[in-house]
This record gives sequence, structure tokens and C-alpha cells, in this order.
Amino acid sequence: MSDEKNLIEGRTGMWEVILGLEVHAQVISEAKLFSGASTKFGADPNTQVSLVDAAFPGMLPVINKYCVEQAVRTGLGLKAEINLKSVFDRKNYFYADLPAGYQISQYSQPIVGKGTIVLDMAGGVKRHIGITRLHLEQDAGKSLHDQHPTKSYIDLNRSGVALMEIVSEPDLRSSEEAAAYLKKLRSILRYLGTCDGNMEEGSMRCDVNVSVRKVGDPLGTRCEIKNVNSIRYVQQAIEHEARRQIEILEEGGSIRQETRLYDPSKGETRSMRSKEQAHDYRYFPDPDLLPLVLDPNWVSEIKATLPELPDEKRARFISQYGLSDYDAGVLSGEKEIAEYYETVAKGRDPKLVANWVSSELFGQLNKVGKWITDSPVSADALGGLIDLIADNTISGRIAKDVFAAMFETGKPAKQIVEEKGLRQVTDTGAIDAAIDEIMAKNADKVAEYRGGKDKLLGFFVGQVMKATGGKANPALLNERLKAKLAG
Amino acid sequence: MSSELNNLTIAGALEGLAKKDFSAVELAQAHLRAMEKHRDLNAYIVETPEKALSMAKASDERRAKREKLGALDGISLAIKDLFCTDGVQTTAGSHILEGFKPPYESTVTANLWKAGAVMLGKVNMDEFAMGSSNLTSYFGGVGNPWRRRGDNKRLVPGGSSGGSASAVSARMALGATATDTGGSIRQPAAFTGTVGIKPTYGRCSRWGIVAFASSLDQAGPMARSVKDCAIMLGAMAGHDPKDSTSVDLPVSDYTKALTGDVRGLRVGIPKEYRLDGMSPEIEKLWHEGAEWLKKAGAEIKEVSLPHTKYALPTYYIIAPAEASSNLARYDGVRFGLRVPGESLDDMYEKTRAEGFGKEVRRRIMIGTYVLSAGYYDAYYLKAQRLRSLIARDFDIAFKDVDVILTPSTPSAAFAEGENTDDPIQMYLNDVFTVTANLVGLPGISVPGGLDSQGLPLGLQLIGRAFDEEALFRVGGVLESSANFTAKPAGY
Amino acid sequence: MSLDSKTVAHIAMLARIKVPEAELAALAKELSGIMTWIEQLNEVDTTGVEPMTGVLHRNLPQREDKITDGGYPDKILMNAPDAAHGFFTVPKVVE
Repeated sequence: MSDEKNLIEGRTGMWEVILGLEVHAQVISEAKLFSGASTKFGADPNTQVSLVDAAFPGMLPVINKYCVEQAVRTGLGLKAEINLKSVFDRKNYFYADLPAGYQISQYSQPIVGKGTIVLDMAGGVKRHIGITRLHLEQDAGKSLHDQHPTKSYIDLNRSGVALMEIVSEPDLRSSEEAAAYLKKLRSILRYLGTCDGNMEEGSMRCDVNVSVRKVGDPLGTRCEIKNVNSIRYVQQAIEHEARRQIEILEEGGSIRQETRLYDPSKGETRSMRSKEQAHDYRYFPDPDLLPLVLDPNWVSEIKATLPELPDEKRARFISQYGLSDYDAGVLSGEKEIAEYYETVAKGRDPKLVANWVSSELFGQLNKVGKWITDSPVSADALGGLIDLIADNTISGRIAKDVFAAMFETGKPAKQIVEEKGLRQVTDTGAIDAAIDEIMAKNADKVAEYRGGKDKLLGFFVGQVMKATGGKANPALLNERLKAKLAG
Repeated sequence: MSSELNNLTIAGALEGLAKKDFSAVELAQAHLRAMEKHRDLNAYIVETPEKALSMAKASDERRAKREKLGALDGISLAIKDLFCTDGVQTTAGSHILEGFKPPYESTVTANLWKAGAVMLGKVNMDEFAMGSSNLTSYFGGVGNPWRRRGDNKRLVPGGSSGGSASAVSARMALGATATDTGGSIRQPAAFTGTVGIKPTYGRCSRWGIVAFASSLDQAGPMARSVKDCAIMLGAMAGHDPKDSTSVDLPVSDYTKALTGDVRGLRVGIPKEYRLDGMSPEIEKLWHEGAEWLKKAGAEIKEVSLPHTKYALPTYYIIAPAEASSNLARYDGVRFGLRVPGESLDDMYEKTRAEGFGKEVRRRIMIGTYVLSAGYYDAYYLKAQRLRSLIARDFDIAFKDVDVILTPSTPSAAFAEGENTDDPIQMYLNDVFTVTANLVGLPGISVPGGLDSQGLPLGLQLIGRAFDEEALFRVGGVLESSANFTAKPAGY
Repeated sequence: MSLDSKTVAHIAMLARIKVPEAELAALAKELSGIMTWIEQLNEVDTTGVEPMTGVLHRNLPQREDKITDGGYPDKILMNAPDAAHGFFTVPKVVE
């Protein structure tokens, strides 16, 4: 398991980092898990709260079938066991944004059991990371601590929104692997349409369990870093936390099992005071709910409607389009990219399209910090451009300029080519005239060429191309030029 | 005439209203007068005379306009303060909910209003329905209108539905809603000479009823006759999609079950209910009850419920465990009492220490303990396994019999201070009733007679799941055989 | 089972109920009495008996994914002891 390059060098030797991730993924649904209030993000405080979400006396939960379906779909997407019988438990603890004093969750009998996520690491290395379980639970409300000098403000809009807690086995060995795991998981969730994966809005949150050990030693004591809200911070938090633990151990100290918080502004983790108290969640089956029993036929129906997932898509891109493993990985990694690519590739040269998408399009998008769904050049528009290359209307070189113009103006390729007069010159007469002119101007070089200096061909090509404003069809130009020079 | 309207049964009042002998407003007024007269009993926490009169007036108008009438149109009822009532203070008998006005109406009370019933007010109860004496109420104990012969000592009405029992017994309501988690309908019914039925778990919606122990709580009616309970339950029960444990079964017209015919019906007498040191008077009544049914043509059979003695300790794990979690929401943040604190936890701890009474705190502590790390298996899981065994006992017994007959309580009503300080002694009040809650079966308490001191005693019938009809049928025969006509003196 | 004052203090903390130091011992004694009474359950061999969590042998009812509730912040906040600007408030929490 231990991979040399993942080890961290300490004063006393090489250390291995052991990581397990718990991801809270907000389920995409209209209404909350146990109430009919809206899940929409960003509303005014306490406007999307039902009496159930605020835990008023006598209020009772009724489960949202679609949330169950989403959890099953996610389980199937993670190639995991679906537990046909699962149980909702109460997790009891007091907190300001937990109105009932308990969270409805699943403890001993989750809806989804063991599964796997495959990571594609650098150099074509594949890592199989175990999923321990996935369970459904309610989200808590939100506490705002910076609104008042002596009070925290509580907004329950998020209270009761369905979450899937997805727990990995402690199979991850580096911050890069943790990042790859999160990206892959997010990609799968988005493919499935079960979570939007938006970490900034908190619809995907991550707790990281970190421990270190000398290679071959038993597992060390772990610390849990709570609620890290970006992949970059997850990596930073792991790097820092691993170093911190190694330093303590190398000083002869020991690690205290605790909950820590990552502070991105300081780049360090610190012990969480509010979680210091010994907690004892006193899980027990929620008597307001009955066990959730799924019809195996219903599960099969969901399975039949699963979309093609990134791993399968990648394999298909290789076999169907002849793409390289790398290109296939890039183009299948995100649902929207894959859709874009396949739209363009339909009826066109798939490799040429792959190049255009992964180099020109991504390059431009990166430059302006846009995501593919906001691209000013639509898949059809890019297809239009590529068609112009294919039918020799423009050359590949000119096409790059056309693309840049399309990206800037949003105009279709054809229009730009017409407006700027970039149509390739395929008229033999016009090309011959240009060649004649250049040859006349450079009689000395023509003589040298004819005297055996073949290398001068490049010079003539460049000159003629320049004279035609780059629009001459390169193949035709070559052919005519060679013929004329030969005399 | 109108001064006696509050003495009618619900069935009698419906008849009088139908014949226009009196109006719903007059009926409500008679009750409001009785409520005022007997305030010393402390049965009501909140009286809602304006609401009562306007609801009664609306009923009279419906009747005058010959509109379609509900099953309880114009009938004045008391509502246990555990039922959330829209805009009317709902406290569950606790300081921690003092002043709480729910912006919603419980499904059961909403069903009653839909059936045309009239609300007189909210009645007292043991705090969060935890108690068998009504002494744990933050709003004070409730008097039982019954007194021992030649003794003026105030007796408890039982609990937790003490206010419901007292109000019905003292003619301050024609009927009352109540709830039963371990006997809270049947024990006070027995103590006050009234009829109370705890229907099968899932029969009445729990939505909008302040929760005590969710897997045991069930609402039911209390009234002065079996038929009145049948009428009320018919209006209260029904499927509610807002309660995941409410069952989607048709609710029949329970009054039709009161045929008086129990011929061929098999009645079980569980031998394990013959407790050591059981009062001979209770034993005598139990025997009498069996004889009445036998005379009416039923077959009496001894049955065995071997795990009976473990029901109470099982209950005292499960009910507090669920309660400890259900009552976590009373934290001073969104409703009810808040005692300021230095920190969030300090505020919680002070609010809950001050807001909950002694018995509630005790049960929260027990419940927290039995669920805590290291004890869950030994207590909570053990109790759940016992619950399975108790359920199995009933499954076997109900293969041989159609209903089970037992005493409702081990004693008649007692006075404050008589054993009320020892929690375990208090818990024993529920020894005959608690099993029905653990297994979700319906149980009814019917007055069987008076003891030598002149206090009412009750007989309990336990039936199969969702067979409330059998309880009404057999209960009706017990009622007519017992011919219980005694009334508390002065009411 | 006999509960000591320390255990009772821990339970009180979990339940967020303030119990004055001076009352811990008496409460421990009282709760121990109840727990001892409860422990008569240990007389029963429950090996192999399935725990019963509820009395209904039915499937969990499920509702459609429709927005049918919420949108009434006034109702949500009307009973709050100290609401401000549409929020509930609590003494400031330091994380």
C-alpha cells in the first residue's frame, strides 16, 4: 500500500499519512428530507422553515421519497450495496442550530453499504478507494457568530435539508489522493444529478480524518478536521496536520484524538473548543419513523436509468473515438465537458475535436476564469468552426484566430470568416499570380533554388503565404510553387 | 332545565340538540358555569369561554340552516393541554412551555372541530404526561370530585390525564381528549368513575400532540359512557399523512359495535395479573366482571401473559429514553421559557433545570442514562427484547381469546402524600395498563362499581390491534351489567 | 446498578440540566434505586430475541418531493424568547 513518493520525510525517518474522508453531500431535491419546506439556497432567514424543521412541539417527520431515490442512485453509482432495509436513528446532542436536540440520521443500518471509487493518479496509476457506507441524514441550521457582540444568530433555512454522508475507508495516502478522491466523487455525484458538488455554497462539505505512522507500524491516533470547504483547503489542511502530528511524535509526544478546525488564513489547524466536551450521541431508532424497506424492483428501475458514469465514459471515449487515456480522462471528468465534447465530435473527426476542446477551448476558458457551461462558444459553434477547416474554407492556423474572435464576440465562425475575409484562397490563378510576383522579385533566390538549394522552398512558401494574407490553401500553394520553381 | 344540561351524556345532548330542546350555546353555558363553580378542582389550566360560545353559536347556526352536521355538533369538550391548539396556550403542564401559543392545531382536535365540537378550555395534566396523580403539573394538582365516604380529604384524579378525568367526572365537560402512554387515560378514568379508551397505536394521529414517548403515546377520549367514547373516538381517529405512524385503515362507526351481544365471545383472564397483596375489593370486582360477561353469554378462559411483571420496568426504560430525546427541543431558543446564561450551555442548563419539574428531570436523567455509551445494550436493547417477549405473550393469548379482562388499577384513588413521594410506588399505578402501550394494543377502562369507601373502581379490557369494536361491544355489556349510576357528591 | 455523583453529573451535562453540586448525591441515590428496580429485567434470558422498536409492522410511508410548507417566518419566530432581525438568537458561541 505504501507508495514511496507519498511518504513524508521526518527527522527520524519516513512517515506514512493515513486519510479517511467523510463527505456531506447535499441531496438535490425540491423539498427537505422530512418536511415540505424548500431547499433553495440563499433565501431570507427562517423563510424556508416548516414547523417540523423548527422542531415545534408535536411535529413529526415524513420522509421525502425522492431523497431516498437519490441516495439509492448515488449508492448504485458508487457500485455499492443497497440495503433493502435501513433504519433512521436519532443522534442526540445539543447545539444552537439543531432545533430538535437530535439529528435524524442512520447509524447501524445505513441505506448504502460498501462501494468503491477508482482514482486515476498521475502516470496512469489507478487507485481503488473503498467506500464504507452512505447514509441519509438531516442538515442542521446555520449559526452566524459575527452579527452581534454577545449573541449568535440562528437561521434554520438549511435545517432538515437532506444530506448524504459518504464515508471512505482509510485508504487514502496523500493530500493529492484526497483531492483526486473529492474530485472524482464530485464528478460522480454531478453525473448522477444527486448533488451539485458546490463546496462554496456548502452543498458538499468534507471532514478529514488524519493520522500518521511509520511505514509498517499499526495505525496511529487520528484527528478529525471538520468542515473544510474547498479541495484546495483539504489539501492544505492535510499537509499541515500531517506535519503537526509528525512533529509531535518525533518530539516524543502523543496525538490526542480530537476535532480540529482548519483556518485557511493562517494555514493551520486548531483544536475546536465547542467540540471539546465529551460527546455521547445516544443513538437509538427514531420512534417517529418506521424502518425504510425498499422494493428490489424499484432499485432495479433506478439502476436501469443510471447515466453513463465517468469511468465508463472514459473507456468508451478511448474505444469509440480512439482518444488517448489522458484526453479521455480530461474530457470525461466532468459531465458538462463530456456532453460538450460529444456534441462537437458527432459527425466530425473525434481526435481533432478533442484537441480543439482540450487545448483551444480550455485555454481560453482558463484565461477568463469561466466554466464550460458559460463558454461564449457553444458546442455547435465550435463544430461550425471545425467544419470550415474540414471543407478547406480556412486553414487550421487561421482557425485559431477565428476561434479567438468567436470567443470574444460570440459570433459564429462563418460570419467572422466572411467579415474578415479569411476564406482560404483555393483559386489557382490567384495563387499563381502571387507566386509569379514573388519569383519576379526574388530572381536571385530562384536561381539559387534551381541550382540545387532545396531549402529555399520554405522561404518561398512563407513569402507567398504572406502575400495572400495567410489565406492561401497550403497544399495547393505547395503544389503550384514546386511546379513553378521547377520551371 | 339548563342548569342540568352538563349532566347529560354526549349521546343524550346530541338528542336534545337535535330535538331543539336546548341550543349548543346553552349547553356550553351550562358547562362554563360548572367550570366557574368548580375552579377549586383546578381541572382547567386555560378556560376559553369566548371560543366556546362562538363555536357553539356557529353550531346552532349550522343546525338552524339545516347544514350538514358533524358527529359532535354542538358538544362541549375539554382538551388536554398536551394537544396543540391554534392560538391557545399549550403547556403540557410544564413551566417550560408557559405562554406558548402554537400557530397550529393538532390533527385530533382539528378533527373534533370539523365534527362540530365546542372547545371549553385546556385541561390540566401531569407535566409532559409523566405521572399518575396529576401532582407533577406545574399548574398544580387537580382534585378528584370523588371523596372517601366520611372523609373530606382531597384525592387525586389519577394521571396524567387528571384534568380530563376531573372535568368529565365533575360535569365540567361532556367529554375530554386525553392521551395514554402507560395508562394515562385508563387509570384516571378508573379513579373518577368515567370511561376512557386508549385506541390501538396508529389509530389517532400524534401530529400536534406534545410528544412524551413516541412509540407509546396515543390519544383517546374520556367520557361518562362507553357510547360517548365510541362517538368521540370515531371523530378523533383517522389516517393522517403528517404522522408516519398513523395507519391508513377505515374508521368504522363504533357506536354500531354497542350491540349488547357478547354471546360466544371469548374473554381471557390473565393469571399473572393476580398480584401479591392485591386488594380483595379489586379482586372481587374483577371476578364480578367475568361473571357478568359469562352471564351475557361470553366464554371465560384463563390465559397466561408470563412476562407481565417485566412490563413496568421495561416501560421505565423505553418511555424515559424516548422522552429524554423528545424533550431536548425545550431549550429556550424557539419557544417557551428561557433563563439567561453566560454561555449557550449555561442557558440550556439553567432553562431546563428551572423549566422542568422534578419528575420530568428524573425521567430525562434515566432516559439519558439508559441510552448512554456503555449502557445502551444492558438497558435499552434489553428492554426492547423484553418488549418483543411481551408482544409474543399477547399474540399467543389472542389465539385463544377475543378480549382480555383485567382490573384497570391496583387501587382506588389516593390522596396526595399517600405513597406519592416514592417514585417506584407511583410507577406501580400503571402496572395493569402499561402492557397495552408496550405492544400498541387498545384498552378501555369502564367503571365497575364502588369500593367499600365509596370510591369508583375500573375494569379494563384489552383487545386485538385495531379491534376497538370488540372493546366497545364488551365494554358496553360491562357498563350495563355494572349499572354504575353513582355520581360524585356535589357535582 | 449504583450511580455515583460523578456519573449523575455527567448525565446531567449530557441532558443539559443544571444539578447543584449539593444535590448530586441525593439524586444519585434516588436514580440508583430506580435503576436497581429496573434491573429485575436481568432475570429474563433474552438471548436470540429480536429487539422491538415499534409496534407497527408496516412500511415507512413516503411523500412526494413537493414544496408544501414553509414561507411563514413570522409563525416560526412568534414564540421565540429573543428573536432579532428574522433570526433566533442564543448567547454567542465560540467555535
